[in-house]
Order: sequence, then C-alpha cells, then structure tokens
Amino acid sequence: MRRSIGTTAVVAALALAATACGSDNGDDNAAGGGTDGELSGTVTFWDTSGDAEKGTFEELAKGFTDEHPGVTVEYVNVGFDGAQDRFKNAAQAGEAPDVMRTEVAWVSEFAQLGYLKPLDGTAAVDGQDDFLGAPWSSTQYDGATYAVPQVTDTLALFYNKELLEEAGVEVPETLEDIKNSTEAFEEIGVTPLYLRGDDAYWFFPFIYGEGGDLLDAEAEKVTIGEPAGVRAFEQIKDLVDSGAATTDLTDGWDNMMTQFGNGDVAMMINGPWAINDAYNGIGEENVGVAPMPAGSEGQGAPLGGWNYSLYTGSANQEAAEEFIRYMASADSQQTLTEELNLLPTRASVYEQSSVQENEMVAFFGPAVEVAHGRPWIPQAGGLFDPLRDEIQRTLDEVVTPEEAASNVADKYRDLLDGWE
Amino acid sequence: MAVDHSQSVATAAGAEKGARGPRRRTDTPPGRLRRALAPHWYAWSMIAPVVVVIAGIIGYPLARGVWLSLTNANEANVQRNLGATTIEATYEFVGLDNYIDVLTSSHFWDRLGWTTVWTVACVAITFTIGLTLANMLNRKVTGRTAYRIALILPWGVPAFVSVFAWRLLFNGNGIFNSVLQGNGFEAIRWLENPFWAKFSVISVNVWLGVPFMLVAMLGALQSIPEEQYEAAEMDGAGAWQRFWYITLPGVRSVASTVILLSTIWTFNMFPVIFLLTQGGPYGTSEILVTEAFRIGFTHSPRDFAGSATWGVIILLLLSVFAVIYRRSLRKQGEVW
Repeated sequence: MRRSIGTTAVVAALALAATACGSDNGDDNAAGGGTDGELSGTVTFWDTSGDAEKGTFEELAKGFTDEHPGVTVEYVNVGFDGAQDRFKNAAQAGEAPDVMRTEVAWVSEFAQLGYLKPLDGTAAVDGQDDFLGAPWSSTQYDGATYAVPQVTDTLALFYNKELLEEAGVEVPETLEDIKNSTEAFEEIGVTPLYLRGDDAYWFFPFIYGEGGDLLDAEAEKVTIGEPAGVRAFEQIKDLVDSGAATTDLTDGWDNMMTQFGNGDVAMMINGPWAINDAYNGIGEENVGVAPMPAGSEGQGAPLGGWNYSLYTGSANQEAAEEFIRYMASADSQQTLTEELNLLPTRASVYEQSSVQENEMVAFFGPAVEVAHGRPWIPQAGGLFDPLRDEIQRTLDEVVTPEEAASNVADKYRDLLDGWE
Repeated sequence: MAVDHSQSVATAAGAEKGARGPRRRTDTPPGRLRRALAPHWYAWSMIAPVVVVIAGIIGYPLARGVWLSLTNANEANVQRNLGATTIEATYEFVGLDNYIDVLTSSHFWDRLGWTTVWTVACVAITFTIGLTLANMLNRKVTGRTAYRIALILPWGVPAFVSVFAWRLLFNGNGIFNSVLQGNGFEAIRWLENPFWAKFSVISVNVWLGVPFMLVAMLGALQSIPEEQYEAAEMDGAGAWQRFWYITLPGVRSVASTVILLSTIWTFNMFPVIFLLTQGGPYGTSEILVTEAFRIGFTHSPRDFAGSATWGVIILLLLSVFAVIYRRSLRKQGEVW
C-alpha cells in the first residue's frame, strides 16, 4: 500500500511538472516602462556570431545596462547553424527572444509569418537616412520596416601572403588564374583554394561570375537552369577536378578554417565575419584580401549582412526597441568595426578616422557597394537546400553540371508557385 | 505487494456488490461501462493518474499527429502564439492526399529501402557481436570484470558525445585518413561518399548498440544451468554442438525480445544519423525519422502535415512489424 501511494505521488508530481512546463512562456520578461519612464525588465538577445566574435557582441549587448540600469540583458549565442529554424520554432510557440540577429535574407520570411513587429516610427529606427541603401532595402517587407541593419558584408578572396610569395604567385584576378597556379602551389605542397562544397551561399559568386543568377525576381522567373548556371557548376567541378581546389561535402566551415589556418590551402572565399578567425589562424600580417576572382563573365559576390529584428510576442517591447536603437547606433557600429573589422551600415560611421584607417573596411567597403543584391522574397530560405544537394552531387560526379542546373531549377519552380 | 493488495480489495468490493447495489437503484440494470468498472473500481482509481498522464503525453500528440497528417498544415497556416496575440490556424482537412503523395513518390521508397538496410545491418551485426562477446565473457578468465566494464563503456558515454568524437575521426582530415595515408593508402571520403557515409553510420551505431546486446545476452547465458553443459559434455557433445543445442535455445526468449527492441530503436535511431552525417551527402543517409524531422523542422518552408504523414507511416510500419514478429514467435511456442 505504501508503495502505491508513492507511485501516485510521483505521477501527480509529474503531472504538475508537465503543467508547469506548459505555462512557462517567458512570463519572466513581463515588465516594461516604469512610471518615471525608466525602462526595466529583461531583454533577451539571440546572437548568431561566430566563436571569435561572440565575446565582443556579448560585451556590447551587456553595455546597454550602462544606459538603462533597470534593464537586464540576457545574451544568448545560438550559433549560425540552425539559428533560422530555432527562431521559427520558438517564435511559433511564443518563446522567441525579444531581439533576434536576423540574416538579411530571413527578414521577409519571418515578417510574412507574422513573427516580426513593424518598427516604423518606433525608438528602434533612429536616423534612418544614415543607413546605407543596400542594407536598408533588406529590412523592408510589404511596405514596412521589419528590422534595423547591423552589419553588411560580401564575399571576397582571402589569401595567405606568405604562401603566395613562396609559390611566386600573384594575387589571382580570375578563376583561370587560380587554376594556372596549381603547379606552382603543388611544388610547395599546398592546394591553391578551399571551395565550400556543403553550403550553397558560397556558390553564389560562381553564378554571378558567369553572368547568371538564381532567379529574376522582377520577372518571376527561375534562371539557374540557363547556360550561365550550368557554367557555374562546371566551374566548381573543374576547380576540384583539376586539383586547384579542395573541398569537403559535410564539414565545410571547420575544414576550411583549419586548412587555411594550417597553411594547407593558400586561399579561401570568405566574408568579413571570418577576418578574426583568419587572423587567429595565420597571423594578422599574413592575411590578404582581394575581390572575388572573376568567372568567364566578370566578377560578382553576394550582398550579405545582418539586421536586428523585434519579435512580435516580446513582452518587453519598449525596452527591446531601445535595445535595437542602442545596438544599431553609430557608436556601437564603430565598436564592432574597431574590434571585429565588421562593416558598418551607417554612412556616418565610415567617416570616423578609426574606421577609415581600418584596412579591412578600406577593402570591403567598396566591395560591398558593388555586391550583387539578392531577392528579398519570403521563400528565400528554401533556395539553399536544393542548390546544396546538387552542388554535392556534381562534385561527387553523380550528375553532370547540366543535370544539376536543371534539377535545381525544377525544385525552385516547385517552391515558387507560378514562377516561370 | 501493491498489486496483490488492490486485487484483494477489488474482489472484496465485488463480493459486496450484491449487498450494496440494490440499495441505490433497483429498477435500472447497471450500464455496460459501470459493470466493467464496478468490480475493480479501486484498481481503476489507483491507475487513473497514470492513465491521464499517458493519455496526455502519448495519446494527445499521437491523435494530433494523425489529424495533422490529414490536413495541409505548414508553418504559414498553423496557429502561432505570439505573446499577447495569436494568429489562428487556417489549415484545412485534405483527406488522404498527403499519404497518396508520399506513397507514390520515389523519395519515400528510396528512404524506406535504406532504412531497411540500415536496420537489418545494424541489428544483425550488433546481435552477432554482442552474442560472441557475451560468450567470451561468460567463462572464467582473469580480469573478467575489467573486460566487462570496458565493453559496457560506450553505453555510459552520452550518445551525442561519442557521435561527435566519431565525426572527428571520420573527418576528411581526421585520424582514420591520417592513418591510411601514413601507411600509403588512399584517403577515404568517409562522410562525403554515399557508400562510405552509410558504412560510417552503421559502424557507429553498432559500436553504440553492442553494450546493450552484450549485457542482455550475458544475463541470458548466465541463466542457463551449468548442469546442462556438464551433461552434454558427458554425452560427448563438442563445443559447437553445445552452443547450437544448449546455448542458442537457452537464450532464445531473451534474444527474441532484444532483437525486437533493437529493431524498433534502430529503425528510429535519430541521433546517430543526424549528428554524424545530417542525412548527407545529398540526403543519401537519411532514414525515415530524420527525413520526417527535416521536412517538419529544418526544411524551408516547414511542412508539418508532410512530416506528420511520414511519422504515421513509420508508426504503422513498426506496428505491422511487431505483429508479424509476435506471431512468428508464438508459432515457435514462445509466450511473449
């Protein structure tokens, strides 16, 4: 008898625990402006920055409490991988963070699902005219502003100065130059280029370099299947087959950073977010950057970057808006540039002397201006998986470049209802 | 103890029924439900909390999953709770459309084929190794305890930790390839080539599964009376004959249970595939459960109805398997 009472108690406790879990949807955030206008409560911020960057971001975010001592900032680094899904899952259940670091291409998708609060006319948008045009355009969906730009970026060629010198190779301007340098690098036991085979984003410069694009959003047309798309698949296959590039189809980022850091590869294609990692790997004096090498039709790299967005279900919107204003302010952006070499999204920050003297900004600033814009459509998130699969299948020689391009085009037409 | 007690109370209650019943309502005969519940009301009331909890944590999600699989629910039309506001669900009932879509696509059959290969290979290899090791350990060897602990160790490490360790070993520049290349062999693209990726996930799962088999089979072996072996030896039976005619029949009831369990676990072994290859390269190592997860949670747009459909099909497949398996055991005279 005693035992059955014990069992009942356990079961009852479990049932209670289950109910408790169910009702826990961030009530601890409930707060807001006090009577004297002073902000209070907790602002949760999900950051997606990498290992070399997160310390600076956390410090910057926590710095908000100096301005508003009543507010507690809860900084969570969720990592880039899967961050988009994690936010969507949490947002649907009412458990998302107040402020999310949102990739430029995610904004329209989140906004369409109703997860983001329009920020027009709120404290979050401060000095709108100061923001650069391209990053600002990524915050717009359906005529409203759903985010505030944080940093902007594009892809470029990172090279190991020492290895290039040792091999007697000039900084390549085209993919052809890279292929031609294979022998020179072979003599010193180095592979010229690391090519990401596991992430479709790194494939964009190759399409742009052939004069193509994934989609033509204005004409509602899928363009990846056209000859330029086929040539892009041929380019990456040729780079790997000729030994000019090495790749990994599953663990791309880690392998790229390890091999570049060890000096096994002389060059990689990467963005400003990798600058600190690269410095840690081969030393600051050794890292050079150059524009993305051109394909047969010219040079092109995608416009990327990050924004701050505010979750619709945030229980502490007033403080969160103020937090976004603070994070996107000129001072904060200047800090990020000084410490992490990231590119500001405000024109005024580029005029600061510390920013003007920054070698990486001097390089990436102009590169971003000519970066290839991407269509800010809600379905953008679905464009990556089909493309990645076909890149892998091409590199694994399961399909020809022609088949790969047309397979991707077919999948895109399934995804984009009514597109040509 | 508790069981005995409640039973006796139940019987007592049943016996009293004649005296108590008529006092309440003489004219209406007790309803079917009441008649079923009345003799064991005490037992029923004692298990009620468990029934409620089970219904809550298994019954509800299951019913909801089945319902979702009959709709067109996706991330853009399900109910979204956004703090103070709620966006109401707008998905609709579509009947069996999802099932027709899934069952007529080569996508599903490809994944089912690989899932079957994966399950059969993992269970067969794990069972063989587990039984062999158990036999080796079921005798007096010096340091037996040390061996046993060492062999059970993989079980003690959380699966995700060991899978990450394996992932580093299998990496293109990992230890396995370094060893191969150091000895003059070509590096193997372990996780990048579909064949080797499948090979890798099966090896890791076998490594993870052997300890369970080992422990279960060791227990079974130890329950076989020593006298049988002695008697057989007296009759001149060789080692192989003893294994075939004493050991195997002796472990059969345990073996059939662990094989059933292991099959169900392996069929739904999510972490190994998800953490080691993420279903890659290009989806070739994706089993049914990881694919269902991908459709519902990482694929964009998230298709909840499609994911639920895969889930229900997985459930049906396993139920059918369990029924057939049970029937075949019953034919062999097992009581399970």
